[in-house]
This record gives sequence, structure tokens and C-alpha cells, in this order.
Amino acid sequence: MDFDLSEEQRLLKESIDGLLTDSYDFDARKKYQKEKGGWSKAVWGKLAEQGLLGLPFAEADGGFGAGAVETMIVMEALGRALVLEPYLATVVIGGGFLRHGGSAEQKAAHIPGIIDGSKTFAFAQLEKNSRYDLADVSTTAKKKDGAYVIDGEKFVVLNGENADTLIVTARTKGSRRDKTGIGVFLVPANAKGVTRKGYPTQDGLHAADITFTGVEVGSDAAIGDPENGLPLIERVVDEARTAMCAEAVGAMDESLKTTVEYLKTRKQFGVPIGSFQTLQHRAADMFVALEQARSMSMFATMAADFEDAKERATAVAAAKVQIGKSGKFIGQQSIQLHGGIGMTQEAKIGHYFKRLTMIENTFGDTDYHLRRVAEGGLV
Amino acid sequence: MDLAFSKEEIAFREEVRAFFRDNVPPETRRKMVEGRHLSKDEMVAWWRILNKKGWGVSHWPKEYGGTGWSSVQQYIFNEELQMHPAPAPLAFGVSMVGPVIYTFGNEKQKQYYLPRIANVDDWWCQGFSEPGSGSDLASLKTKAERKGDKYIINGQKTWTTLAQHADMIFCLCRTDTSAKKQMGISFIVFSMKSKGVTVRPIETIDGGHEVNEVFFDDVEVPVENLIGEENKGWDYAKFLLGNERTGIARVGVSKERLRRIKELASKVEQNGKPVLEDQGFREKLAACEIELKALELTQLRVVADEGKHGKGKPNPASSVLKIKGSEIQQTTTELLMEVIGPFAAPYDEHGDDASNETMDWTAQIAPSYFNNRKVSIYGGSNEIQRNIITKAVLGL
Repeated sequence: MDFDLSEEQRLLKESIDGLLTDSYDFDARKKYQKEKGGWSKAVWGKLAEQGLLGLPFAEADGGFGAGAVETMIVMEALGRALVLEPYLATVVIGGGFLRHGGSAEQKAAHIPGIIDGSKTFAFAQLEKNSRYDLADVSTTAKKKDGAYVIDGEKFVVLNGENADTLIVTARTKGSRRDKTGIGVFLVPANAKGVTRKGYPTQDGLHAADITFTGVEVGSDAAIGDPENGLPLIERVVDEARTAMCAEAVGAMDESLKTTVEYLKTRKQFGVPIGSFQTLQHRAADMFVALEQARSMSMFATMAADFEDAKERATAVAAAKVQIGKSGKFIGQQSIQLHGGIGMTQEAKIGHYFKRLTMIENTFGDTDYHLRRVAEGGLV
Repeated sequence: MDLAFSKEEIAFREEVRAFFRDNVPPETRRKMVEGRHLSKDEMVAWWRILNKKGWGVSHWPKEYGGTGWSSVQQYIFNEELQMHPAPAPLAFGVSMVGPVIYTFGNEKQKQYYLPRIANVDDWWCQGFSEPGSGSDLASLKTKAERKGDKYIINGQKTWTTLAQHADMIFCLCRTDTSAKKQMGISFIVFSMKSKGVTVRPIETIDGGHEVNEVFFDDVEVPVENLIGEENKGWDYAKFLLGNERTGIARVGVSKERLRRIKELASKVEQNGKPVLEDQGFREKLAACEIELKALELTQLRVVADEGKHGKGKPNPASSVLKIKGSEIQQTTTELLMEVIGPFAAPYDEHGDDASNETMDWTAQIAPSYFNNRKVSIYGGSNEIQRNIITKAVLGL
């Protein structure tokens, strides 16, 4: 048992923290938000230069062969700085599908573009009525002359507006909520029949609703088994959830730090408001919530190596519950302890609250995951 | 980073588990499972079995009879003990006064007291709290006046746990009334059989008798019973309170109680099916299990940190362990109440008599719920723990 980072991991942490300290203060973030697509190509280029976009890929594929702990380190740092760039959508999710399900040809075709920063990805999964059920897929992929024709609508696709390649879940067989008959397809964003409607999200990121109308892709577009893609989807989504847990811990940590700093400097009745015990104890409870969340983020990260798929899924669900609860508490109380200033768009603190809120509602909220744990059993 | 136990640690866990399985008297275990009180003889008998094995004072330095286990091994031992379940070694002797004596006591004191603590030849109790000194412990008033080669002790202690069994007490007494409140306190040990010591029981809301008031009326104590230096007692008290850092989460206790909840909830019916199958109940149970998992990992982080960086100054993260650990313990007793529902009501008037088992085990569930309200109050109330986090971690 060992909770310390290795020498390489420590260097990785220093490198990403250093990069973000230099190029990602809150004012810079506002600037990046106004760029085309809502994030900075220059920052993305720097992430590529430092090798961060290639971390999880095998060395044979041009990557660094890093594991879940490295992703946790990066995501925590990204959460701390409220980074807008599509690391989750591209490296964690897009990269995840390629790593776990991609053929040699698919890897060769797509991984180099991710690593050098020239291409980004988006995961088109959510449908109008699917909510958090990954098996609830109405979009269809019908076979036609050795190719697939995709029809359907996807919603709130993170980075969907900018992505070069979409990873689309679509049904090849069976009916709407069947666990089998779901395929995962690589679709060029500029393919004929793809219509994207982009918009900013509440937390300052960008997403799109995407319509697929008779979109034709080759049979080589399917990642893994086109008739039984759910296990692959579940695995990659669990990695995305785990990454978001780490991102949330970074955001919570920074949110608490910023709040404590405010308690020390803001004066009322002639004294810093941090001298009031009511506020002190609230901050102490935020610290407790943060440490519990940090422990569960580590737990989910370690679960990536669990042999048993069910155990792995339960660990991630449990972590998502803790992160959801802690994130809501720390997010809300950070605003409360800032008072009126916390309500302003100008102050950074509210933006942590918004990102934490959106994380809770992505890939299963607290109640959804609590139910999963309740059904499965944990200890 | 690696959260899994090593092969050696897993082998150690098996060894510990097997020892408990083969050596804890079954009656003792059963009473623990059912939340019944144990008699003094039952507890002492078990602790002597443990001591004979060499595990009575496992976390002490080797030279004083400890095992030399790593922090992780110590953690495994505690957790397995709590999960078996079996009574933990008497904290007042083993975790509190023992370390103070081997750290600050003189050679003669070490040689006399330490083996006796390990074998529970003396049952120790703690004389800290007073009626006017709870969270503000340093305001204590019990006086020890030096007269020749004796201290004359007058005053009153309260919340003295299991003083009715005790042979010895370690006591914070004021030896200098003119000094600032923390400065004039001394750490003195003496026999509970001394003339002038009176123990009066306090009945708690569960109907149990765990705590007492202890009165000192001109109690004569030889000056060699002073531990360390006169007027330095506050430092020793802080050392003592900061010493027990990772045990306070009591993760094993909560794990055992969750096991018990599941066992009972699969037998008790509601709407014609076991309570355990009720969706609402399962979600509450799952929420508690998740909190406990998080706590367990937080505890392991503190343990690993101790193992790596030594047991220097108290880790303020231990306040997180105390707050969450006590909250979870309380939640588990609430869940037990929920499982038995209306059958929580019957009260066993003889519940405190260890030999009496006229009532069904269900009669112990409500008392355990009532009794567990104490865990967020003792050992530095959870509000005091928040003060510690505020100052030591957040710097407010």
C-alpha cells in the first residue's frame, strides 16, 4: 500500500501545474472562451508539446504508456484551473475507445492526430430519452452493401461543435433498450448527413446537438464488435467518470482554497469574517467533504486495475456518489461563504460551482449511482 | 501509488484473523455482536490471551513489549479485532497512560507499570474531565498540594469510564494555582483504593453504567507517583490525546455493524419481504457503505503517511477521521433501529447485568443507538475537531 507519487508522476504533476500556472489564470480563461470553438488552440498545442495528449497511449502507438494515476494527476490539475480544452472528450474518451477497442488500422489512423494535437474527438452518446442508461440507444446503424448507414439524433455532445471525429453509439440490432445490438462507430464530423448545432454549456464549455441523416460510413468504422459494443462503452465511460472525479477533486480543492483565502481577507464588523466560528466550521466541513472525495477519486482510479468488471463498475459508481455529494456541498458553500460577490459572473468562485454541478449530471448523477451501488452491494 | 495490500500484508491479515478465530472466547464474541456489556472478568481474560501471544501492547516500542509492526500491520490488526469482533485492549492503559510512562516516566516507573499495563494487572481509568472542565480541559480545578513526600489531592473528576473496575487512575491535577491555566498542571498516577477516593456511578440514557463521578477527599499520594516533571502535565496530556490518531475512525466497528445490519435486515420482514430488499433502505445502506469506504481510504492515507514520514506531530487529518468515523458509527446504529422498527421498544431492566439474558437481543439495539450519541462528544467533541481543522489545516 502506497499513496505517494512516483518520481515520474511527481514530475508530471509539476509539469502540468507549471504549464497551467503560466497560461491559465482566470483572465486568460475568459479570453480562451471567446476564441472560435470556445477554447484555445495555443494551449492545446502546449499540452501536445509536453506530451500530455499522448500519456495513456501505448508506446507502440506513439504514446507514453501511462496509467490511470497519470490521468488522475492531469485531470485534477485541469479541474483546478477550470480548463476548457477537450482533454476528457479527446484523450480520455476518444482515446479510450481506440485503446480498448480499436483495430491496428484504427489506432494508426487516429492516435497520432490526438497525440500531436491536430485532431480532437467527441462522444455522441446521449439521446433525447436515454438519460443515464448507456444501453438506451435509438440511433440506428443499418448495414448496406458492406457499409453502415447511421440515422438518429444525439444531444449535449461535449466538444461536438469542434471535433474532427465523432464516436457514435448506434443500434445495429434489437430494440431501444436491449443490451446487445449496440455498435460504436467512428464518424468524420464533416461526413455527409451530419448536422451540428453548437452552443456553450452552463460551465463555459461547448457542446452540440447532432443529427445523423443517412450518414454512410465503411464497415471499418466500427470500433470492436458492432453487435456487442456495450461492454466497451461501459468501460470507457467508467474511465471518463473516474477522470471527472479527479477533475472535480481539483475544482473542489481550489474552490475551498479560494474560499478560505476570502475568509481571511474579507472584513466585516472590523474583523476578518474567518474569525467567526459559524463560518470556520462550515469551512472545516468543506475540508472533510474534500478529503472524502479525494479518497474516493483515488479508489476509482485504482479500480481501473480491478480484474472483476462488476467490482470495477461499483467502485466507480461509489466514487461518483461521493464526488457528487462533496461537489454539491463545497460548490454551494463556497458561494455562501463568499456572500454577494460569489453570485457574480466576474468572480471565479461561481465557475467552480457551475463546473462541479455539470460534472454531477454527466454520465450518471448521485442518485443514479447510489441506486447502482444499492443494487450491487459494496463492502 | 498502490492501494492494494502487499502479499506479506495479506498473509499477516490471515494470521491475525486465524488467531482471533481460534482464541477469542465464543461467548465474548457473541456478546460483542449482540451489543451486550461484558463483565470485567471476560474482558481481562481476553486481554491476557492477547498479551500471552505478545499482542497486548502491539503498538508500543519493542523494548517495552511492543511488536515492531508497521503502521499498516497495526491498522490491519485493529481492523480485524474490531471486525471479529473482540474487545480492543483497554485504551486507558495501553493507548494512554502506557505511552506517557514510557516517553516521560523514569526507569523505576517504566519497570513497574509497563508490564502490569500489558497484562492488565491494573485496570486504569482516566482522570481528566471535571464538572466545570469539558472541552475547556485546562480550566480543571482538582488540586494536588505538596506536603513533604506526599501530594494531598482534593477535587472531583467526571465521565470517568469504567472507574468501577479501576485499580489505578492517571490524573491531571493543579500543582501551581498561580500559574497560567495550562502551566500549573501535573500528571499524577495513584491507586483507586487509596483512602479518600469515592466512585459514584452515572447512569447514561441507555440505562448503562459506563461512566462515573470520582471524588478525591484529602487523598495522599507519594510524590514518586508524579510522571515526568511537575507542572508539565498539560504537555503530557496533549501528547496522550494526539497519540491515538488513526484508531478513532473505528472503521472495523462500523464494518462489523454493517454486516450485522445486513444479517438482521435479511430476516426481518416488511410488506411481506425482507427489509434488505426495500429499495429505500438499500439506498441508505449503500450511502453509509460509500461513506465508510471513503473513510477507510482516508484512514489508510493517514496510516501510510505515518509509515513513511514517522509519527511526528499529530496529523490534523485525524480530525476528519474522528468526525466522519463518529458520524458513520451513529448512522449504523440508526440503521439497526430502522431494521427492527417497533421491536426496538422493549427495555431490559437488567441490561447492564452481564449475566442476565432474560430479554431478547433486540433489547440491546435501542440502547446501542442511544449510547452511540456519545461518540461525537467524547475524545474532543466534533465541534472541537472542527476547531482543530480550522486552525491547523485551514489557518483561519
